Amino acid sequence: MARFGMVIDTVRCVGCMDCVVACKTENSVPEGFNRDWIAYDVTGKYPTPHMEIRSERCNHCDAPPCVSCCPTGASHVHDVGGVVLVDADKCIGCKGCVASCPYGARFIHPDGYADKCTFCIHRVEQGLLPACVSVCPTRCMHFGDLDDPNSEVSTLLASRNHHVLQPDAGTKPRIFYLT
Amino acid sequence: MHELTITRHNELIDPLLHIWSWQIPVYLFLGGLVAGIMIISGYLVLQGQYKKNVFSCFYLPHISLVLLSGGMGALFLDLEHKLYFWRLFTTFQVTAPMSWGSWLLMIVYPALWVNTLIRIPERVQGKVPLFDRWSAELNKRPALIRNIGIANMLLGTLLGMYTGVLLSSFGARPLWNSAMLWMLFLVSGLSAAAAFVHLVTTDEDEREMLAKADNAFLTLELFVFGGFITGLLTSSRVHIEAVHLLLDGPYAPVFWVFVIGTGILLPLTIQLLAVNHKVKHTPVAPLMVLAGGLILRFVIVYAGQFSRWT
Repeated sequence: MARFGMVIDTVRCVGCMDCVVACKTENSVPEGFNRDWIAYDVTGKYPTPHMEIRSERCNHCDAPPCVSCCPTGASHVHDVGGVVLVDADKCIGCKGCVASCPYGARFIHPDGYADKCTFCIHRVEQGLLPACVSVCPTRCMHFGDLDDPNSEVSTLLASRNHHVLQPDAGTKPRIFYLT
Repeated sequence: MHELTITRHNELIDPLLHIWSWQIPVYLFLGGLVAGIMIISGYLVLQGQYKKNVFSCFYLPHISLVLLSGGMGALFLDLEHKLYFWRLFTTFQVTAPMSWGSWLLMIVYPALWVNTLIRIPERVQGKVPLFDRWSAELNKRPALIRNIGIANMLLGTLLGMYTGVLLSSFGARPLWNSAMLWMLFLVSGLSAAAAFVHLVTTDEDEREMLAKADNAFLTLELFVFGGFITGLLTSSRVHIEAVHLLLDGPYAPVFWVFVIGTGILLPLTIQLLAVNHKVKHTPVAPLMVLAGGLILRFVIVYAGQFSRWT
């Protein structure tokens, strides 16, 4: 079974927010909410500051706390690619999954259920790329099977320095940032 | 320098998590209070107090049912997808404390209800003949009554533990992520329950006994607080930062004044004087304990949402 993940090249990302707009359009994300966003992370001090620009979203963790804490099974790991999804018809809106996410990736949809990035699984199952990846003008976003050693994401991870967000939280995220 | 700017501003998530408002602290407080009352009530049943005309055996199980329903009502108000709440009972998710809690409450309600049948209040006697008959049958079986007492103590303990475990299972919130939290909420629930019975009982002996018990619970709570704080202070950076929210951060004034000061130390002093017959028993000390227990839940829930991995 595939294990989908994303590799984002922070050297190429310019923070244009095309990915954000594409996601909102593709998934009809309600006004005032975001499934993905841009982070500007500045460290160091003059004259050698460093800025990393990242396109962030749900990390579709290998050890997702949002799934293990869900009392109804609404948050679940999908059969295809191990993507973490929410079944709106099972969600009671207890917000436990929102509290359990160290990335703040979830929000409560105005209709009352927990919502977040799906890796555009409806597109991926048709052989397409997630909307955010497909529109990126700098081609800094890559999507594929992390378990396939010949996939683009695996070869990038094998050849470049990378990091994940909040590794100490123990969630084993599947979005990697090339540096 | 480390400066992080994000373009996201999701409601209830940014700039800081604030998904849970007054409903969850009230639910946790009432759940803890009922847990404590179940333990005390079960203990009194085991002691054979139900054979006497004392307040606790007449009214505590009935009051518990009302308080627990109030807590469940608060929880229901917090749900964002209210009409789907029944989904909780179509599955059992072994890794989800909330699922355990939902099913636990399904056992707690019948246990409380059976406890109400041991002694039916005089003003209700004769109004529901079926209940009178069941009560009479129960009273022919003292071993069964003892088992009801044990079941109430056991389920009360599990309920009190659950109110803490629910929060401590959220690893993403460092302040809650402590193995001491269930003990803190259980002891606080016992203390609040003892204060509640102390406050409402009309029986002098019960009042005296519960005041002494509350002194023991309050003292124990201070030790548990010590363990809770020390555990976080000796943990990772995010846990140390989280506990400083209570010690000298934005929640410190409320924590030190209303949780530790007027919630534990002051009522403990007053009740120690009262049980040593230096001052009379008044409602002041138990009211302080109850208010302190409620504020404790508010502080922990709000500060916990403030704490995060950075």
